[in-house]
Amino acid sequence: MSQIAAVAVMNIRSLPRRLWMSLAMVLASAVVVAILLAFLAMARGFEATMSGAGSDAVALMMREGSQAELNSVIGRDQVNLIEEAPGIARDADGPLVSPELYVIVDGIKKGTGGKANIPLRGLDARGMAMRGNMQLLEGRMFTPGTNEMIVGAGILREFDGFQLGNEIRFGKNVWTVVGVFSTGGNVFESELWADAKMIQSHYNRGSSYQTIRAQLENPGNLEPLKAYIDAEPQLNLELKTESAYFAEQGKQLQYMAIFGRVISFIMALGALAGALNTMYTSVADRAKEIATLRALGFGNFSAFCGTIAEALVLAAAGGLLGSLAAFVFFDGLNASTLGGSFTQVVFSFDMSPDLFVQGAVLALLIGFLSGFFPAWRAARMPVIVAFRNGA
Amino acid sequence: MSQDLLFQLNGVSKSFVKGKEEISIFSDLNLTIERGDFVAIMGPSGSGKTTLLNMLGGVDQPSGGEVSFDGARVDNLSESALTRWRAHNIGFIFQFYNLMPMLNAARNVELPLLLTKLSKAQRRKNVETALALVGLSDRAKHMPSEMSGGQQQRVAIARAIVSDPKLLLCDEPTGDLDRTTADEILEMLQLLNRDHGKTIVMVTHDPAAAKYANRTLHLDKGKFVQRELVA
Ligand SMILES: Nc1ncnc2c1ncn2[C@@H]1O[C@H](COP(=O)(O)OP(=O)(O)O)[C@@H](O)[C@H]1O
Ligand SMILES: [Mg+2]
Repeated sequence: MSQIAAVAVMNIRSLPRRLWMSLAMVLASAVVVAILLAFLAMARGFEATMSGAGSDAVALMMREGSQAELNSVIGRDQVNLIEEAPGIARDADGPLVSPELYVIVDGIKKGTGGKANIPLRGLDARGMAMRGNMQLLEGRMFTPGTNEMIVGAGILREFDGFQLGNEIRFGKNVWTVVGVFSTGGNVFESELWADAKMIQSHYNRGSSYQTIRAQLENPGNLEPLKAYIDAEPQLNLELKTESAYFAEQGKQLQYMAIFGRVISFIMALGALAGALNTMYTSVADRAKEIATLRALGFGNFSAFCGTIAEALVLAAAGGLLGSLAAFVFFDGLNASTLGGSFTQVVFSFDMSPDLFVQGAVLALLIGFLSGFFPAWRAARMPVIVAFRNGA
Repeated sequence: MSQDLLFQLNGVSKSFVKGKEEISIFSDLNLTIERGDFVAIMGPSGSGKTTLLNMLGGVDQPSGGEVSFDGARVDNLSESALTRWRAHNIGFIFQFYNLMPMLNAARNVELPLLLTKLSKAQRRKNVETALALVGLSDRAKHMPSEMSGGQQQRVAIARAIVSDPKLLLCDEPTGDLDRTTADEILEMLQLLNRDHGKTIVMVTHDPAAAKYANRTLHLDKGKFVQRELVA
């Protein structure tokens, strides 16, 4: 209806008269939307980092009840038994079974200069052979039997002192960085990798390991391996796919998404109160115009819609501004936080399009709710207001 | 009932409830207005002139009695029916012009046409005609803030006549204007009445303004009273 469109356009063109109040409403909606998006992007990014790490084709074995790699201990004898197990893929060098160590070392975070835990993973040639997605960005592989290590790209971004060629001291031992690797942005990029044998000797682990990874013959099918472990009394191992393990760890940061929603909901209530005030002021400010239009024969529905339209435009402008700010400031932003084993996981905020949809929905909700009751008042404005004296 | 009867008020009463008190403004008002008439309504401030005009315009409803327009009752119409009735039949002219400050003269005049089915081109043509009639063709693109009071009132008159209503209701149309400008506006109303057949009801407290009308009604204490015409 052309009358509704005309009223909406008039309302919007009268906005400069209420410039500061209108801007306050835009800004409040912007802040709420930006905060919501930041939290959601953080949770999304963390989850992506954790779940992207795991492969369905890899079985992860830890000692029963250990929850995380750090707490597990597995003897060489158990590794030998697993190498005989069914359901595991083989190549020319034998079964693809990787016994691994996982110890914690200190790093100095860039920016804050604070100490944080970094995982140092010990791998042998089989372990490297299983990591097909690993790419050396700089330098070369570590040489087995030496104090050489390669560092994940995430570590290089977030921590000081891990540049190629640097010597780094952990306890009594000095390591040399000989390479930088990427695993496509997942959690392994937040690790240091070195020769398993060297870590066993430096950290007095004898011949024990912490976890065993095995390439499955049929991705996702743990059944033969599980039957084998259950039947073998010497093997008290917990078995899951690597993807399941990381997905569990990633869920730990789900609370960030929930927290973000709660925070932005509370802030949205505050923004709503301000927006309601703005819109009531707008109706009062336009009282004479609304009444005059009604006297000319405009319907009260057009007064209602015009007010709602004004509220929606202001809130949507805020939502757009907030989304833009969230995108500019947060998308791809690197952050690190405690991962599963109380180590630092480096991840990026992930501002995906569906999050913007959530932001837009929130903004339009603020607009609609803040516009509704003032619009109701506009619709019920007595027409005699048009004849009240005073310009 | 005469063919020429446009408005008829029969025993109309109007009261407001203020707190516990009921304030009566009219108790038994009778009035007939014929097609083509130009009626001035005078009276002291607070005598109910605006209230009467609002009831004629369907903006305010009587507490009792009957109001008929063109032979049909309008006092019992629903709010939305009254709104449509206003759009078809009434043109309002206000003391303070009541133009939309964010719209230029042409857009202001076009407003009542947005309620019709006219095409954009037809609307533009009607707006041009109305603005030409009030002598403001060259100000179509001007904003109200760029115009004098007299010019703004002429835009308001153009807005009131653009959809060709039968009746113009004017509440103190010259109350905010100087004498010379007021006379121009009043001459314009007279022209609309005489040459374009518009029926006009005009509230004013200015005897000089009332002289432009065909007849003058004096409202005092809720009744029409006879007065000597001052020459
Ligand atoms: N909505 C209202 N509520 C209560 N009293 C009103 C209302 N509108 C008008 N009045 C009263 O009715 C009387 C007539 O008002 P009005 O018609 O504006 O007079 P006039 O236009 O002749 O000056 C005044 O005493 C005014 O205070
Ligand atoms: Mg009055």
